Amino acid sequence: MRTSKFGVAVLIATLCPALMFGGTISGKVTYTGTPVKQKPIDMSKEPSCAKQHNPPITTETVVTGSNNTLENVVVYISAGADDANAPAQAVTFTQKGCQYTPHVIALHTGQELQVVNADQTSHNIHPLAKVNREWNKSQPPGSPNIQEKFDQPEFISVKCNIHPWMHGWFAVLKTNHVSISKDDGGFSLPNLPAGKYTVTAWHEDYGTQTQEVTITGNETKAIDFSFKAKAY
Amino acid sequence: MNSLKRVHFFSVILNFVLAAGISVARAQDAPDVGPHPPEPLKAMESHIGNVTGHSRDAKLDYRRYCAGCHGDLGDGNGENAVWLDPKPRDFTMATFKCRSTVTGMLPTDQDLFNTIARGLTNSNMPIWNTFTKQQRADLVAYIKTFSPRWEKEKPADPIKIPTEPPVTIESIAHGKALYTKLECWKCHGPQGKGDGPSAATLTDSKDQPIRPYNFTAGGDDSRFKCGSTNADIYKIFITGVDGTPMPSFADVIQPNDAWDLVHFLRTLQVKRHSKENEVLKAAGGKIPPYNETPSTPPASPNNSAAPASPSENRTAGGGN
Repeated sequence: MRTSKFGVAVLIATLCPALMFGGTISGKVTYTGTPVKQKPIDMSKEPSCAKQHNPPITTETVVTGSNNTLENVVVYISAGADDANAPAQAVTFTQKGCQYTPHVIALHTGQELQVVNADQTSHNIHPLAKVNREWNKSQPPGSPNIQEKFDQPEFISVKCNIHPWMHGWFAVLKTNHVSISKDDGGFSLPNLPAGKYTVTAWHEDYGTQTQEVTITGNETKAIDFSFKAKAY
Repeated sequence: MNSLKRVHFFSVILNFVLAAGISVARAQDAPDVGPHPPEPLKAMESHIGNVTGHSRDAKLDYRRYCAGCHGDLGDGNGENAVWLDPKPRDFTMATFKCRSTVTGMLPTDQDLFNTIARGLTNSNMPIWNTFTKQQRADLVAYIKTFSPRWEKEKPADPIKIPTEPPVTIESIAHGKALYTKLECWKCHGPQGKGDGPSAATLTDSKDQPIRPYNFTAGGDDSRFKCGSTNADIYKIFITGVDGTPMPSFADVIQPNDAWDLVHFLRTLQVKRHSKENEVLKAAGGKIPPYNETPSTPPASPNNSAAPASPSENRTAGGGN
């Protein structure tokens, strides 16, 4: 009996090395109520961008999927996990069609950020940091990527002053256990050793929510977050 | 039993007398003069040449001359602030417009010292050149008590400003081409009137509306926010104006290009006497079109060792 259990464990470990690292917290982010309708963006002042969007894109303050799912929610372990070092690979934030893609990025403190201008127009990248240093850099078309880092955890609103509709977020965190919900609202935080965790979900308009989750072994704990849509 | 009661009675009397005495003493050592400016959290110093400023010595000057707008707490919420546009600086953010340091970094003591004396044109910040050097240095130290960043960070070294090349019509023409290419006109307008397509939408870092600089306003008395020499304008391209939409071009502009842009900007100041306007007049009053050197030969007209201009694939105003 014992040996067969061991055999199964070895088999699983061989087939799926990720499981060796521990448990997973995964789930879905949804909303209740009626979110504000996002407004179409008039890019007529920047024709090289306007022609890339037909029909015009809308603001991205609240992005939803079918079945009331909520996109662009930053779900991360806010307590319980070790403050691991910043990953060596950089996170890329691209300006294309006068839009930030993706709308929200997550960075570890000290992790390299690469800002790319894929447009035919100049942008200025202006992270409105309050805890970190606030800087503002011009990036004309064809310029090299801007490389930066942030030292302190902070949700930083980013904008381009030349194109006032451009708006995004840098989620600077002290953890690598982070997942940003997709259009199906799904998120997944794998590779968690056994322990007690605080999971925080942050949305730029709807605020933050937290849940306590205990992981005992190689298990997957399902948790969901539900935000109340703001009426305005 | 009786004696116990008596002891209790005396202790009540004694307590009453003691309490009255303490309250009298309290009232004496704290005369009521309304809200006190909070003590700076930490004493700070500033160093301006051989003058050392001390925050503790600026307390009264700050309260008398600065707090009305910048607030006792340095947060820009003084009692006059509601009437002002642009709003007084919030020192707790430690973000400053006029710096000799790269974007995002603290200014040097000298930068703050200069700003106090210079004032900020197009704002309610007057020229405070009536202060002694010592008073100004003390105020610089005082400003540094409002943000913990001044304890944690060292201001970066001032940027280097290379020698200005001579003003020529070619330099002005190249500056004009750069004004178009770097899209300065998007905010400052094609004629530098501050009326570009993005101008009306601009806000500062506190979401307050802010206007781009209008180069054409004013004559020989015209001033820029952070100093009015050619070197001061050069500096602005490199450092940016932090807390405002004006970005830094440090990573995207070569020194000679920045000087060419300075020379062109001077010609936008149509009512101001300048070397640039003289050169323009001598050339017939018209800026000739600038011919960008073909991308293959590296020789550029300014013999600047520009390593293949970063924006060769420029397209005028949004082609493919």
